Amino acid sequence: MRADVQTQRNQIGSSATGKKKKDPTAWRSVLFLLPSWLLLLVFFIGPILLTFYFSFTNLALTGTQAQNIEFVGFQNFVSMFEDPTFRISVMKTIVFLFLSAIVGQQILGFLLAILMKEKNPTFRRLIGIIVIAGWVTPEIVVAFCWVAFLNDNGTLNMILNAIGLESVTWLYTFPMISVCIANIWHGTAFSMMVFQASLDDVPKTIEEAATIDGASRFQVLIRIILPMVKGSIVTNMILVTLQTLGVFTLIFTMTGGGPGTSTQTLPIFMYNQAFVNYQLGYGTAISLVLLIIGIIASLFYIRSMKVKI
Amino acid sequence: MRFFSWRKMIGFMMAMVFCLMAAACSDGSASETDGGSADKEISITYRSGGGTNKGLTDWLNQEVIPQFEEEHPDVNVKLAPLEVNEGDYFAKVSLLLQSENTAPDIVTEDTFMVNSDASAGYLEPLDERIEGWDEWDSITENVKNGVIAQDGKVYGVPYNTDSRGLWYNKELLKEAGVEVPWEPKTWDDILAAATAVKENLADDVVPLWMNSGKATGEATSMQTFQMLLYGTDDPLYDSESQKWIVESDGLLDSFKFIDTVYEQGLGPELSQVLNGQGGTVAYQQLMPQGKLAIGLDGIWQTGNWHEDGAAPWPEAFDTLGFAAMPTQNGEAPGTTSMSGGWALSIPAKSDSKDLAWEFIKLASTKENNLKLQLKDGNLTPREDVAQEPEYLEMEMFEEASSFLENTHFRPAVDKYPNVSTVIQTLVENVVSDKITPEEAAEQYKQEVTEIVGEDLVTTK
Repeated sequence: MRADVQTQRNQIGSSATGKKKKDPTAWRSVLFLLPSWLLLLVFFIGPILLTFYFSFTNLALTGTQAQNIEFVGFQNFVSMFEDPTFRISVMKTIVFLFLSAIVGQQILGFLLAILMKEKNPTFRRLIGIIVIAGWVTPEIVVAFCWVAFLNDNGTLNMILNAIGLESVTWLYTFPMISVCIANIWHGTAFSMMVFQASLDDVPKTIEEAATIDGASRFQVLIRIILPMVKGSIVTNMILVTLQTLGVFTLIFTMTGGGPGTSTQTLPIFMYNQAFVNYQLGYGTAISLVLLIIGIIASLFYIRSMKVKI
Repeated sequence: MRFFSWRKMIGFMMAMVFCLMAAACSDGSASETDGGSADKEISITYRSGGGTNKGLTDWLNQEVIPQFEEEHPDVNVKLAPLEVNEGDYFAKVSLLLQSENTAPDIVTEDTFMVNSDASAGYLEPLDERIEGWDEWDSITENVKNGVIAQDGKVYGVPYNTDSRGLWYNKELLKEAGVEVPWEPKTWDDILAAATAVKENLADDVVPLWMNSGKATGEATSMQTFQMLLYGTDDPLYDSESQKWIVESDGLLDSFKFIDTVYEQGLGPELSQVLNGQGGTVAYQQLMPQGKLAIGLDGIWQTGNWHEDGAAPWPEAFDTLGFAAMPTQNGEAPGTTSMSGGWALSIPAKSDSKDLAWEFIKLASTKENNLKLQLKDGNLTPREDVAQEPEYLEMEMFEEASSFLENTHFRPAVDKYPNVSTVIQTLVENVVSDKITPEEAAEQYKQEVTEIVGEDLVTTK
C-alpha cells in the first residue's frame, strides 16, 4: 500500500516538473473522459442548442407548421412581450418566488435552524426527521397530499365542518396561497439543513466574547451570526430560487395554473403554449426567457451580497 | 497487491447496474416479437378514464375485436387507451404519432383535429383504400367533409356524429315553476329558468351547467361557446371570404352570457366545473342525483345512463328532457346546434397499415356501427343505419336528430384547434373573474390575429 502511494506521488511530481514534456498519460485521461463528454454533448448541450434554435422558429405540435418549420427571427419574443398573459405569468412567478422561496423556505428554514441550534440532540433529530419528511416526499405525492387536504371534500374542510364552520374551496378561493404553502412545506427542510450546517460552523468563542462585551442575543444574531453565514445564505437563495422558478408538477397537479390565470407561473404558461395551444416554438422561447431570468436572479444575489462563490 | 478490492467490487456492481438499466430502457416489445413472427399485433388508441368512452371500449372488446381475431387468428388486437383529460388528449396523440416507436396502428380522431394532424403528416391518406370499398358511399355527405383535409384527401372513417342541446330535469323545472316540456325561445328564457331554479329549489341544486374550463378542452369551446355564438348572427369563421371573424357583437354577447351565468350564481362551483372531470361529475353524479336542473351538452350523455353505461339510470329518459338550444333573441330559424364526430384513422408511422385498414372496414360495417350507437348513444354517420328500427327507437334520438336541421360544423381549416384553445382559455378567465367579457373579446381579437395572420381576419 505504501509503495502504491509512493509511485503515485512520483507520477504527480514528474508531471508537475516536466510541464513542457508531453504527458504520456494524457491520452488516457481523454479516453476516460470521452464517454461523459459524449453523454453531456448528446443529452445536455444538444437539447440546449435545439431549444435555442426552436425558439426562433414557428414549430408547432400539429398542423402544417409541424412539418414545415420556418425561421421567424424574433417573432416569438415580440409576441411574448405584447402578450398580456405573459406579463401576468411573470407577475405570478415573482409572487410565487417571493412568498414560497424567499419568505417561506428561506426565512422559515433559517428560523428552524437557529431555534434548533445547540438544543438537545434527540429533540433536534426528531424535529429534523419531521421536516425532512416533507422534503424527501416526491413532488407529485406532495401535490396529491395537499389536494386531498385542501379539496372541497378534503381533510381541512372536514375539520372545519366538524367544528361548525362552512367549507371553503381553498384551491379556487386562495389558489396562490395554497400552492405557496404546499411548496414551503415541501422545500423548507433543504434550507434548514443548509443553515444548520453553516450555523454549526460559527465558532462558539466569538459568540461568547460578544455576550461578555454586552451584546444582546438579537445583536449577536444580527452582528455576528448573520455576517458569518452570509455565504450559505446566498448559495441557498440561489439554489432555492432556481428550484422554485422551475416548479411545475406541484402547481400543475394542484390547480393546473388556474382558476383562470391565478397560479399560471412561467413553467405552466410554457406548458400551456407548447402542449395545449400546440405552439412548440413559442413554448421553447418562453423556456429560454425562464433560463435568462434564472441567470439574472443568480447574478443579482451574488452582486448584492458581495460574496465570492 | 490484493486481487480482491472493494473498489473493483463497486466498479463491477456499477457496471452491472448500468447494463440492467440499459436493458430496461430498450423497447421490451422487440424481444416479444422475436419469439414468433406469426403473432402480429395492432393497437388502438382512444381516450378513456372515469367512465369516458365506456360504450366504445365495450363495443371494441365485445363485438369488433372477437370478430376480427376470428378472421385473423394470428393477429392480436391491443387496446392502448389514453387516460387523460379531453384537453390533453390531442397533444398526447400528436406526440405519439411523431415516432414509429410510439405510433399506434389505429387512432380515434375528433374530426376537428383530422385536418390539422393530416397537414402535420401524422396521418395516412386513405383515398386508394376507399376506392375499392363500397361501404364508403353509405356515409352521410356532410359527415364525410369532417375527415377530408385541405389537400382534398380522406384521412379517416367517421364512426359517429352528434348534436347538442339543453338537458333538463323535468321534475326540478316543474318544482321551480317552469312550464314543461320546456321550450326556451331566447337566451333570456334559459337565464329565467335557471334563476327560477336558484330561487325556488335547495341550494345544492345546480341551476345550469356549461363546460367552462381549459381542462374540459374542446367541450368548453364547442358545447358552450360555439353553441352560443352560432345562435347569434356572427359565426366564428366567414366561409365566403375565408376569414376569421375576430370582432363581432356575437363574440362579445357570448362572453357576456357566460359571465352572467356565473355572476348571478346560476352555474356550478368553479372547483367542480373547471376540473377535467367536470363532465363526469355533472352527468354521472349530479344529474342522476337530481342535483342538476339544466345542462348544455351532447346527445352522447345518454350512453352514461344505459344499463351497461358508466352510471346506469333507467328513469333518465322519463325524468329528463332534451330541448333545442334557442338562438340569442329567437332569430330565425329559432334553434341552433353544433355537430362534430369522431373517426378512425391510420397513423402515417403505423407499421401494420393493411391490418389496421382491415380492422377499420370491419368496425364500420352497418351491423357493427349500429351496435356502437346502441351502446354509446351517439348519432350514426351511416344513412342505412339511420333507417334501422332499433336505431330509431333509441332514447332521445328523435330530439337529437331534429337538432341536425339547424346544426353547424366547426370551420374545417388548419388553425381551428389553435383558435379553439384561445376560446377555452378566455372562457375560463371570464368565469373565474380574471377578465371582463369586453377584455375577453379584445384579447380574442389580438390572439387570433396573432395565430392566423392579419390577412386572414375580418371584423363585423
